[in-house]
Amino acid sequence: MVKKIYFQSIFFSFFFIKEAFAAESGGMPQLNPEFWVSQIFWLILTFGVMYLVLSKIILPKISNNLESRKSQILENIEAAEKQREDGDAKLKEYDEIISESKLEANSIFNQAREKALKDIGAKREVLDKQIDDEISEAEKEIDALRKNAPDKINKIAIETSSELLQKLIGAEVNNSSISAIVDDLYKRNGDKYYGN
Amino acid sequence: MAANPMSQFDVYRIGPEIKVGAFDISFTNASLFMILSTVSVLLIFNLGSKKNSILPNKIQLLAELSYTFVSKMISDTAGSKAKPYFAFIFSLFMFVLFCNMFGMIPYTFTVTSHIIVTFTLAAFIFIGVTVIGFIKHGFGYLKLFVPSGVPAVLLPLIVVIEIISYLSRPISLSVRLFANMMAGHTMMKVFGGFVISLGIVGGWLPLSFSVALTGLEILVAFLQAYVFAILTCIYLNDALNLHH
Repeated sequence: MVKKIYFQSIFFSFFFIKEAFAAESGGMPQLNPEFWVSQIFWLILTFGVMYLVLSKIILPKISNNLESRKSQILENIEAAEKQREDGDAKLKEYDEIISESKLEANSIFNQAREKALKDIGAKREVLDKQIDDEISEAEKEIDALRKNAPDKINKIAIETSSELLQKLIGAEVNNSSISAIVDDLYKRNGDKYYGN
Repeated sequence: MAANPMSQFDVYRIGPEIKVGAFDISFTNASLFMILSTVSVLLIFNLGSKKNSILPNKIQLLAELSYTFVSKMISDTAGSKAKPYFAFIFSLFMFVLFCNMFGMIPYTFTVTSHIIVTFTLAAFIFIGVTVIGFIKHGFGYLKLFVPSGVPAVLLPLIVVIEIISYLSRPISLSVRLFANMMAGHTMMKVFGGFVISLGIVGGWLPLSFSVALTGLEILVAFLQAYVFAILTCIYLNDALNLHH
């Protein structure tokens, strides 16, 4: 669309040009040779100066700038690469140190634990022994008490019986006869009363 | 002056008439704009190459981008053998580009809209390329006109066509640039004239066209400079690396 309009307008403008030719009789100024030599002369002069200055002074400088930038960037990249490698090595070292110290810490912890366990075991043994001693002592005491208990009970029974009898019948009763009866009962029913 | 769309191409003398022998080499408006273009190119690229900082400033970036752009264009089309001609092609591209761009400023003169200027450049390129071709390959350069793999029956015809196409290179090269610049500028002038003649009521349409055309013409100005330079590279490539 734009192209079409463009070409149409060019076509149209040529119409205009024709009219202008008719009107001014000068025609296209481009075809007037009056200043051709002048234009060629100035073209060679300016273009020549431009070519000489560009090729001898400016372009080498630009190319130099570009080269030096390129090399500097490459150098910087190399340096950065090296630093990165150094960093990687350091990171590895650091990781190794970390893992080593972790292992060490583990071993120290284990040692401490073992030691603590040992200590606890020793203390527990001592305590167990002490407790066992105390228990056996107490058991002995209980045994002694248990052995003495029937005698005491018998005595109490005899005393109580004599007292009761005295209160009931108002007469003194011979203790020995009562004790004989208690002994006889004890012998018959002792197992029933005292367990064991 | 304003009414005629061709009057913008008029060349007129500035200052006194200078004559060397029978030749008139007076300073004209064309000379003025050639000098302006040259001075601007040299100024910009001088500023752009002065300092060498790792992080380039804007003008240095511009200069270096142009440098790499042209150098890539040459290495892409003509290969590494064309390196000695880099400065010439770079100057050619910059000269044509700046002349074209200066022409885009209202009331200026477009140097490249004159056939004699473009033809001088094209003829110089044509002769230079031919000389380079004969220096590099001797008479073997004539093999350029004999493409390989053509049936023997067709060969006379093909050779004639090749010779004509080779000889028409300077004409096509110069007329392409000149006609593009002239047509574009004439058209802009014509649309500008329409804006005036249609006035406040109908002038908006040609005005919007003018705006669009200005953008198009700036593109054309760049594109024609690029085409001029790249065709030079292609011709150079023919002379340096004989492919046929």
